[in-house]
Amino acid sequence: MATIAPHAPAERHPLLAFVAIAWSWLFLLILVLFFEIWARAQYGSTFLFNPYNLQSIALTASMPLLLAMGQTLVIIAGGIDLSVGFVMGLASVVMATTMQQLTGFHPGVSLLLGIAAALAVSIIPGLVSGTLIARLAIPAFIGTLGMYGVCRGVGFLTASGTTVPVNNPWLFQLGNAKLVGVPVPVIIALLVMLAMHWLLQESRFGRYTYAIGGNKAASIRAGIDVPKHTVLLYMLAGFCAGIAGVIYTARFSAGAAQGGEPLLLDSIAAVVIGGASLFGGSGTIIGTVIGALIIAVIQYGLVFIDVAPFWQFVAVGVVIIVSVLIDQSRERLTGGVRRDV
Amino acid sequence: MSEPLLAIRHLTKRFGGVTALEDVDLTVRRGEVLALAGDNGAGKSTLIKAIAGVHSRDEGEIHFKGTAVDFASPSAARAAGIETIYQDLALADNLDVGANVFLGRERFTRFLGLLPRLDRETMRQEAEKVLHQLEIDIEPKKLVQPVRNLSGGQRQAVAIGRAIYWKAELLIMDEPTAALGVPEQRKVMELIARLKAQGVAIIFISHNLGDIFAVSDRILVLRRGRNAGERRIDQTDGDEVVKMMVGG
Repeated sequence: MATIAPHAPAERHPLLAFVAIAWSWLFLLILVLFFEIWARAQYGSTFLFNPYNLQSIALTASMPLLLAMGQTLVIIAGGIDLSVGFVMGLASVVMATTMQQLTGFHPGVSLLLGIAAALAVSIIPGLVSGTLIARLAIPAFIGTLGMYGVCRGVGFLTASGTTVPVNNPWLFQLGNAKLVGVPVPVIIALLVMLAMHWLLQESRFGRYTYAIGGNKAASIRAGIDVPKHTVLLYMLAGFCAGIAGVIYTARFSAGAAQGGEPLLLDSIAAVVIGGASLFGGSGTIIGTVIGALIIAVIQYGLVFIDVAPFWQFVAVGVVIIVSVLIDQSRERLTGGVRRDV
Repeated sequence: MSEPLLAIRHLTKRFGGVTALEDVDLTVRRGEVLALAGDNGAGKSTLIKAIAGVHSRDEGEIHFKGTAVDFASPSAARAAGIETIYQDLALADNLDVGANVFLGRERFTRFLGLLPRLDRETMRQEAEKVLHQLEIDIEPKKLVQPVRNLSGGQRQAVAIGRAIYWKAELLIMDEPTAALGVPEQRKVMELIARLKAQGVAIIFISHNLGDIFAVSDRILVLRRGRNAGERRIDQTDGDEVVKMMVGG
């Protein structure tokens, strides 16, 4: 990447270049069409225009999406956070335990304090792993794998090895109510999405995140406090996982240390399918949202057409590999043009 | 002759028991190109790092714009107006020209008068202005693409443009033409000549005597950490320079 040939590669066919850039949108469209046609042919009903299906897909996507949005920024800056699944579980357990202790209080007060506790605890693992990575040069994979184990253990210890039930009507509403037909967790995920998109595209913080992923040495020379920024990124990833933990507790009226375990790989998959490079420097929140939707449509759609649920893993695995293959050939197909920032 | 922009007297730098620079003198004026030559290990890199605030010094004085300075860090040197251009450390490949020129010093506007947001348009226009001032041509559509789509010479030019935009008065260029094709090398040489015409002082390290004789006013040769000789470029030739470099 250091030296560039003076002659740009010849322009490819515009249609091919368009497909290479917009393939994740197209793929989502094709998936939805496939299930729509299947639903009409087999069941004589609709897939997409059934509000129940849409709600379920959005709800399925919301928690992995929350993890994936924090993960997006970490990956853009050239890192990775393996701990987010168990950070989510830890936040969930801490929230449920806190609320159990506050049973005598007004449900609103108990809920607020529970959320505060969950979010407060969610930034600690990122503070630790970020410091290890940024200041002690521990590889991101190792630093966050360490926190994966720590959060997993502390989560189960806090929960005494079981799930922590909470009986709080406000909490139930937070997880299961709908506003104008949209589930509250989906609304929360959408708000976080807007905030994260703005942060990444329009703020100095976002610009530095891209710069660090693009060229760390140049970022340091430009006066960016790279270690501090790195720590903040991992804390932000943990914070997003904390929000997911709050939603988990609210949806199931219980805290569970293992609640986020299956979502870690989904979150990384969503980021990668959304077009981010694991080498850093590229990726967008919108791309990650599309990636999370693709995974959710596959998961929900396969159940909808009555395929054994284990095929979901196969399908998502194949999509991850295909998306990376497309990403690697993208530069060739588009003549090197790529615009994230 | 005007007052030198940068004047170094009796600079000595040791690393443990090893003396990297001993009693080195160097001056450069505004609008002057000083070539720094010497064999590998002669101390060229140590010298420019001492100027740029990377290395502290053990003895000697550095005067910049007439005052004694002691830069604690590269950013202190940069703030004073000394910019070093490195081949590959300069730009974030995934950001566009405007973002690179303003990296670390972004401009903001307000969305609906409220939320601060990056002012891409202003940054692009300002970057275009400084590139225009340096007579660097970059196709308008490439200005808004990641700089990895630019040629090596254009990327070098963007790094220099950034330094000039932020009021660098002394540019230190370490092998600016290495890793460039021949037409691109010529463009960088032309750019150095324009910078000189605009009153920028340049210290320029090169192994390429052709480049040195093409754009420099003076040449300073280092050998084993000491001044081995200094000549006006029109009063010397390649043979003499090589002799100064290798000794004898």
